[in-house]
Amino acid sequence: MTQTIHLTINGTAQAHEVEPRLLLIHYLREVVGLTGPHIGCETSLCGACTVEVNGKAIKSCAMFAVQADGASVMTIEGLASNGKLHAVQEAFWNQHGLQCGFCTPGMIMTVKQILARNPNPSDEEIRHGLEGNLCRCTGYQNIVGAVKAAAKAGA
Amino acid sequence: MATIATKPETFVGKRIRRREDPRLITGTATYVDDIKLPGMYYAAILRSPHGAAKIRSINIKPALAAKGVVAVFTGKDTEHAGMVPCGAALPGLRVPPHHLLAMDRVYFVGHPVAAVVAADRYLAADAAELIEVDYDVKQAVADPEKALASGAPAVHPQWPDNTAFTFHQEGGDVDKAFAEADVVVKQRITSQRLVPNAMETRGVVADWRAAERALTVFTSTQAPHTVRSLLAQILGLEENRLRVVAPEVGGGFGSKIDTYAEEILMAFVAMKIHKPVKWIESRRENFLCTIHGRGHVDFYEIAAKRDGEITGIKLKIIQDLGAYLQLLTPAIPTLSVLMMPGLYRTKNVRADVVGAFTNCMATDAYRGAGRPEATHGIERMVDMLAAELQMDPVEIRLKNFVHNDEFPFPTATGLVYDSGDYAAPLRKAMEVVDYTKLRAEQADARRAGKLMGIGICTYGELCAVGPSPATPVGGWESAQVKIEPSGKVTVMTGISPHGQGEETTFAQIAADELGVDIDEILVSHGDTSLVQYGIGTYGSRGTAVGGTALYFALQDLKPKIKKWGAMLLDAEEVTFEGGKCTDHKTGKSVTIQEIAAASYRAMRLPANTDPGLTATHFWEPPNFTFPFGAHLVVTEVDRATGNIAIKRYIAVDDCGNILNPMLVEGQVHGGVAQGLGQALWEQAVYDDNGQLITGEFTDYTMPRAHMMPFIETSHTITPTTVNPLGVKGVGEAGTIGASPAVVNSVVDALSPLGVRHLDMPLTPEKIWKIVSKAAGRTA
Repeated sequence: MTQTIHLTINGTAQAHEVEPRLLLIHYLREVVGLTGPHIGCETSLCGACTVEVNGKAIKSCAMFAVQADGASVMTIEGLASNGKLHAVQEAFWNQHGLQCGFCTPGMIMTVKQILARNPNPSDEEIRHGLEGNLCRCTGYQNIVGAVKAAAKAGA
Repeated sequence: MATIATKPETFVGKRIRRREDPRLITGTATYVDDIKLPGMYYAAILRSPHGAAKIRSINIKPALAAKGVVAVFTGKDTEHAGMVPCGAALPGLRVPPHHLLAMDRVYFVGHPVAAVVAADRYLAADAAELIEVDYDVKQAVADPEKALASGAPAVHPQWPDNTAFTFHQEGGDVDKAFAEADVVVKQRITSQRLVPNAMETRGVVADWRAAERALTVFTSTQAPHTVRSLLAQILGLEENRLRVVAPEVGGGFGSKIDTYAEEILMAFVAMKIHKPVKWIESRRENFLCTIHGRGHVDFYEIAAKRDGEITGIKLKIIQDLGAYLQLLTPAIPTLSVLMMPGLYRTKNVRADVVGAFTNCMATDAYRGAGRPEATHGIERMVDMLAAELQMDPVEIRLKNFVHNDEFPFPTATGLVYDSGDYAAPLRKAMEVVDYTKLRAEQADARRAGKLMGIGICTYGELCAVGPSPATPVGGWESAQVKIEPSGKVTVMTGISPHGQGEETTFAQIAADELGVDIDEILVSHGDTSLVQYGIGTYGSRGTAVGGTALYFALQDLKPKIKKWGAMLLDAEEVTFEGGKCTDHKTGKSVTIQEIAAASYRAMRLPANTDPGLTATHFWEPPNFTFPFGAHLVVTEVDRATGNIAIKRYIAVDDCGNILNPMLVEGQVHGGVAQGLGQALWEQAVYDDNGQLITGEFTDYTMPRAHMMPFIETSHTITPTTVNPLGVKGVGEAGTIGASPAVVNSVVDALSPLGVRHLDMPLTPEKIWKIVSKAAGRTA
């Protein structure tokens, strides 16, 4: 039993027949071939799979692909435009906000939302905003620094 | 023709942003799960739900009949496919046969029982659920002290005492030291089991080409060459037809040093089905089946004179090994023994280790590997001794540090500390907080009824692992430098970085040595078909050992560059600086680009010189390095909730010379987060049946952004004498310094309530009970 879904991913229209049980993260990675979002837990606790659905950061392991039918999805791959990095990407690079990089695509998508909601967050607000994303490498300090730098750059 | 930028500017020591980042921040890096090969199948592994059981029967027929399934394997199929290797050797060590899939028994929850291969991962998971296993459940034992008690269930029936090994080491005259001591302090101290939890779980893609007898294995590992050598031995394959690739690796922290059952199993499966196969570990499997860290119950005794001079240390370690011995499992507590004196001068030590089998996942190297346990122990004991003698924790440390004029310092455990100024980071940390004033503030706070603590840890660690005789698989490292015909420089290193940033630091080293721009350098690693050979990344060895191998390869290349330069300039002697050879008599020079082109075109050769510009260097370190530092933590305990607030966290580390301060700070931040995790939140808890009840992120408390304090980092610099770069290593420092500093701080905060020791993790519940009891409330 499959179902056809139509959605826009990183600005491109997509249509696929999928099983209703297929998770959005598996759809993006295995069907569409966007391997930027990662799978760190499959239980919505680590945030490595965070993508934007209709402008909101969501954990794509906690949503079925069929639920995204008709939606506009943005993954980390859609963030840079015309070869120019998004200010949040640039800030992560400049501030050493990543080490192994596995959590980074989800972190960056989350940070984009933190700043969309609050362009000048305090340290506490930043840390609260990052609560749903696990990083085992950085101790979060340089991620917080990257968010501040991105805010300063007007991301 | 491409032009080569030569620069007088140097790169070492600067905050150069990382060259590995563009692919990581754009989501275009390739981790194992991103690899898709034509015709690839997916494997799911059925695992034991029991800590101990006999397998009466397995019925795989329903799974074989399921949609999309091509094969199902059980222990019978893999019985002769080889064993999971233990690389550590100790006298009398009992190594249980470690089959890829369970034979007639399972020994821990998560023990692999069957592998299902299907067209996609959903179908493989569906089919795995259809396998019927009839278990005869036995009593498990999950606690190492209980496992060693008489009458305990035997983990391995052939060894009813559950003892894998005992290990004894002694230096000086311990009995005399204790007989003549003014004071002896004793304490049982635990370092609880932890789950490393790299954000990327393990994963394997294996691809077998029968006609070529060629096997390629992509695996999330810290040591691809070790995996290749072991796989070749285990599977009986020609090593030169086996390619192991560590693609992008999403963290390891020691947990990916091992060669695991699944790596061998997927190779076996690919060879059976003649198709590529992928297995990706779920997070639940990662909790259950990737090695754990720590797992110590330590019994310390410390002897001292009235003036605070430490005269002897006795230590008994019960090491929880788990059911099987992974690659380095039994070696880890011996590292604790080596580091048991810490930074202190005492020459009288005695250690006895018992390795206990339990029905749990194996323990092995997790960030720090034996040294955090040793540091936690000695740093807690020194604080307890200070309390006993009513001395300040600073004063007792200063009294016992190895003196600056004693280096190289031979320790009671047979090590030789390379270089140090142990008081310097402590003094710096005290300066940062204004220690005297801080203690006065604490006295005021106490009078006001607040539970404020100041905790210090002065740690030493054994890094840059290490001299080959001291390691199971060799401790050298290799580098190859190729200057391409266009003058571009390719570096191939035997280390296998997975977040540490050596694509950047090694480019800094090469750029400076060759006098070219950093953009001219490309650093490659992690693929056994590209890289000569290597030992990998662990034990804070990447830059200190691998970087040194690179340094020497570059030195090997320089005379050759100069010979070509001299020939091209028709000069007797030239200098090589700033990316060019110069004849100072004529003032003429020739660039490295022109030299490279000439060396490959080879129309003329300098005397006794071959074409091309490459050099390979294998470097054997003469010793470990011994970084050190001081962490100082200010805490306040909330009486109402038991919550611990970290008011300030000061980390002063001395890792020798610093090649890139930004990366060093990052290593300290991450290390501290893991040490804090152990001190306050993390614990792998097995119940009496061997069930891991903290086996998901819901139950196992990982440090999150809002839980972490701001870490104030600074450094003192004492270069090592072991390598010409003067670097000591910094990957594990933060983890080693953090747990004792935090626990010492909280014990200090609660000392007015009569608390003298607390075992980790210091959960709010634990603290609240102590505070409530002291207040006469019923907890």
